Amino acid sequence: MKPLIKKLVESYGPSGSEDQIRELVRDEIRGLPDYITVDPLGNLIAVVKKKAKSGKKVILSAHLDEIGFVVSHIDERGFARMQPFGGVNPLACVGGRVRFADGRLGVIGLDARRDDLGKIPALSEMYLDVGATSRADCPLKVGDAAGFWRPMAELGERLVAKSLDDRIGVAILIETLRALKRTPHEVAFVFSVQEEVGLRGAGVAAFGLDADLGIAVDVTRTGDTPNGVKMDVSLGRGPAIKVRDTNLVADPRIKNLLLQRASEAGVPAQLEILEGGSTDASAMQIARGGVPAGCVSIPTRNIHTPSEMVDYRDVQGSVKLLLELLQKPIEL
Amino acid sequence: MPTRARPRARQAKAAPAVRPVSKPARPDVELLRVLSNAAAVSGDEGAVRRMVLEAIRPHVDEVKVDALGNVLAVKRAARRRAAPRLLLAAHMDEVGFMIVDHDTDGSLRFEVVGGVSERVLLGKAVLVGPRRLPGVIGAAPVHLLGSERLEMVVRPGQMRIDIGAGNQDAARRQAAVGERATFATEFAVLEAGEGGAMALRGKALDDRLGCASLIGLLRGGPYPVELHAAFTVQEEVGLRGARVAGYAVEPQAAIALDCTPANDLPDSRGRENTQYNARLGQGPVIYLADARTISDRRLVDYLRRLAEDAHLPYQIRQPGGGGTDAGAIQQTRAGVPVVSVSVPARYLHSPAALARTADWENSFRLLTLALERYDARVLKR
Repeated sequence: MKPLIKKLVESYGPSGSEDQIRELVRDEIRGLPDYITVDPLGNLIAVVKKKAKSGKKVILSAHLDEIGFVVSHIDERGFARMQPFGGVNPLACVGGRVRFADGRLGVIGLDARRDDLGKIPALSEMYLDVGATSRADCPLKVGDAAGFWRPMAELGERLVAKSLDDRIGVAILIETLRALKRTPHEVAFVFSVQEEVGLRGAGVAAFGLDADLGIAVDVTRTGDTPNGVKMDVSLGRGPAIKVRDTNLVADPRIKNLLLQRASEAGVPAQLEILEGGSTDASAMQIARGGVPAGCVSIPTRNIHTPSEMVDYRDVQGSVKLLLELLQKPIEL
Repeated sequence: MPTRARPRARQAKAAPAVRPVSKPARPDVELLRVLSNAAAVSGDEGAVRRMVLEAIRPHVDEVKVDALGNVLAVKRAARRRAAPRLLLAAHMDEVGFMIVDHDTDGSLRFEVVGGVSERVLLGKAVLVGPRRLPGVIGAAPVHLLGSERLEMVVRPGQMRIDIGAGNQDAARRQAAVGERATFATEFAVLEAGEGGAMALRGKALDDRLGCASLIGLLRGGPYPVELHAAFTVQEEVGLRGARVAGYAVEPQAAIALDCTPANDLPDSRGRENTQYNARLGQGPVIYLADARTISDRRLVDYLRRLAEDAHLPYQIRQPGGGGTDAGAIQQTRAGVPVVSVSVPARYLHSPAALARTADWENSFRLLTLALERYDARVLKR
């Protein structure tokens, strides 16, 4: 699975510019589902049709988009000002490298003459430098979007890369689809758009699919770093099953079912309560007349920086857990 | 060869729409004048709704007012089979004030409706209630304020509207709790010494400009699309009308017609102005992204190509804050590809905004082309 993860995390796809990553995913899953469709907002939806009368219609959702930047102005000397797409962390920006849709690279610089040197710089005090010398020879235009650019690295069992949020979820969904042999259920694998700017893809996808339940696969924080948040989630202790986050109280029946299936599959699992974050599951839960929703979370350090870190065993455990869930009955 | 619509005889009001001979319609400044001067604060859009209904009835095939007060109209395609369903939305409401209480001295307490900065309130003339009673947002005279109070930011809760009532009872008789108030700005066309209409000054150009454009588009045509027009309510307080309009219409694509700030005056510190949002005189403003919406790229590219081919000026709005009805429509049902096209204007959400007539005319031309040339290939992936 590592080559797939590497290909996904190193790909371009800030919110609103998911065309390239969508085509990459479509190529990876060709021939596996019963049908593939792209909905009005660009969500990629791959459906394995229902096999048993008692089967449920299940949505599994992972988002294609990564946080990024959009050019808002080119100044006289060819430097570009930018706005964020999603929760960009200013601390993770200065000196960072970004990439645009056509492969062009840029560097994030910091205004030398800031108003208050004591404060954490804001994105408005930074600029993109693509090597231009004037507005006329700058190849960028207002509206061009970029994501971070960083190759994946392996530190033993740990994988370090940009946009593990949520390309690791995408990888898990692809791997689950590949390994899925028999299921009584109708399973819609939703590779959603624009999650980072407000869960805009998953909600409309859930409206269109009208499912019995929805499960997002996304990252969550950990409490296992120095002076870290008080959170009982650590790398290497298995997938985290969400109890709640800022915008979701996970359906307890789904939470309990996931715990049970993890145990049956021999996959160690943790329980997760996240302060300050949400996932596609929140949008799915309030679609139509309501959809029972939950989330399988991948513990991740340094979220929304170019060096997010996961434990490969947690990733493998997530696939096993999802397969166990899909291969057995679901009674809520 | 396409057949020209023949002028039909005038029929009774109850009969199907009488369609004028197809000709390019132009933006109507006198229509904009009455729209701008009308009072329609969010939730109280009746005055503008009546004007809209009267203006569009002869030009559309269906019109109704929904549960929230949106005007929803349909102009069928010239050739109906498989005509794409497009929704164009402009909001009828403006920012303003609501009377919430009567003070013992006869002045009125009020709340701000929509995003109006407290910096533009003190000392402004307003019109209160359906009878448009003149009033003033009172401010203590400058020569009575010590230097400290001159520096203070006054909160709207400390301000009062004075309509000249001598006491609380008189105030209660004149203005009821819940009535709205607007800035008392009179619409004007500015020629700035160059002859001809250079600029337009008025309150509520956001979004009477959009409403006037949408009325103009409905007067034109016929178009190769099934054109749904939504004149929406309560945009300024959360895009609320657009959400239900989008749900009801279920379009294949939607365009929001709005007004966007031009913060294009020079930076006061002498540095380059990098946060102008949009600029006067540079044409209609096409949105790539604002706080609520990332526009559908295919629709953006379609509008850019049309403008370039027709040699129309246009500009791209700086991505950043703000939002339009497109944000709500995009999220209805199974999703709708959207884009916004706005007229740039200075001093929005203040007593008097200022827009260039040429920007309005070019935006109207761009939207006309967008309707005339639209087909299913625009959304092909």
